Amino acid sequence: MTLGVSEEVEFYGVRVASRLMLGTAQYPSPAVLADAVRASGCAIVTASLRRESGHLREGQDFWGLIRDLGVRVLPNTAGCHSVKEAVTTAQMAREVFGTPWIKLEVIGDADTLHPEVFGLVEAARTLSADGFEVFPYTTADLGVAERLLGAGCKVLMPWGAPIGTGLGLNDTYALRSMRAHFPDVPLVVDAGVGKPSHAAAAMELGYDAVLLNTAVSKAGDPVAMAKAFAQAIEAGRAGYLAGPIEPRDMAAPSTPVFGRASLA
Amino acid sequence: MKLVVNGSPLEVDAGDLAAALAALDYGDAKVATAVNGAFVPAAARASRVLADGDRIEIVSPRQGG
Repeated sequence: MTLGVSEEVEFYGVRVASRLMLGTAQYPSPAVLADAVRASGCAIVTASLRRESGHLREGQDFWGLIRDLGVRVLPNTAGCHSVKEAVTTAQMAREVFGTPWIKLEVIGDADTLHPEVFGLVEAARTLSADGFEVFPYTTADLGVAERLLGAGCKVLMPWGAPIGTGLGLNDTYALRSMRAHFPDVPLVVDAGVGKPSHAAAAMELGYDAVLLNTAVSKAGDPVAMAKAFAQAIEAGRAGYLAGPIEPRDMAAPSTPVFGRASLA
Repeated sequence: MKLVVNGSPLEVDAGDLAAALAALDYGDAKVATAVNGAFVPAAARASRVLADGDRIEIVSPRQGG
């Protein structure tokens, strides 16, 4: 599912050949995760940092698996509720993963995992000044988006719906507005996607990429679902480029009226 | 020395962070470290002197969304 050169997408000067970004959590097994990543054709996967035991060393096997897949890693600050936690996590991630990329999450509410946008902007400013390339998990609020850009972000990742819900695009009006306001900023729908049609819809809105995890990892057949998402994203992007018609309220016959036989 | 390592109280015979990691069998494992909530880069571990009660976090790559 490799895109043509003209269809590559660029984040912080890095061109990648897939508009799907895939999370690595909650798969039935490491082997299924690896197969799903391959089936998706994705070039970027997300990962986290968690406590490591000197005896068990669970993280070392995972790191080996990811390296073998040959994909770029976008580490996250998942679970951080404060600027301090997020900044420290990002610093640790940069050293371990060897990348300035960070998917910045500052969570405001444990039930909805709603981004805490004030802390998000502050953390984005601190990290950008320190040389990080920040991918902020945010809402579709245009004012917050402006602040994030001012803080140094060159990518924005508004949520489709709360993380893990699978509800799809809860507010297409807001997402469409965001696309219209920031035509030159790479925009990624991150979180809430449940089905391939949701991902296709995001691409039809003109979004540059989609980041998802649960929709694939918890699917009945994660590998088949990964491929389905790849196809949906390609179809949605192609549809966007092809120029969809404007919706209208009244019916309009597609078959010519002229020349219709008079049979009444 | 009494330390809190990844949330668990432990008695560790080490005066600095590098020595603590060695004593806790991390060897050459790919980890990042923080002491009392502040990141300590790998190159600075040997010079990061520890004191009783210090909270050490040792993390590694893991699945994430």
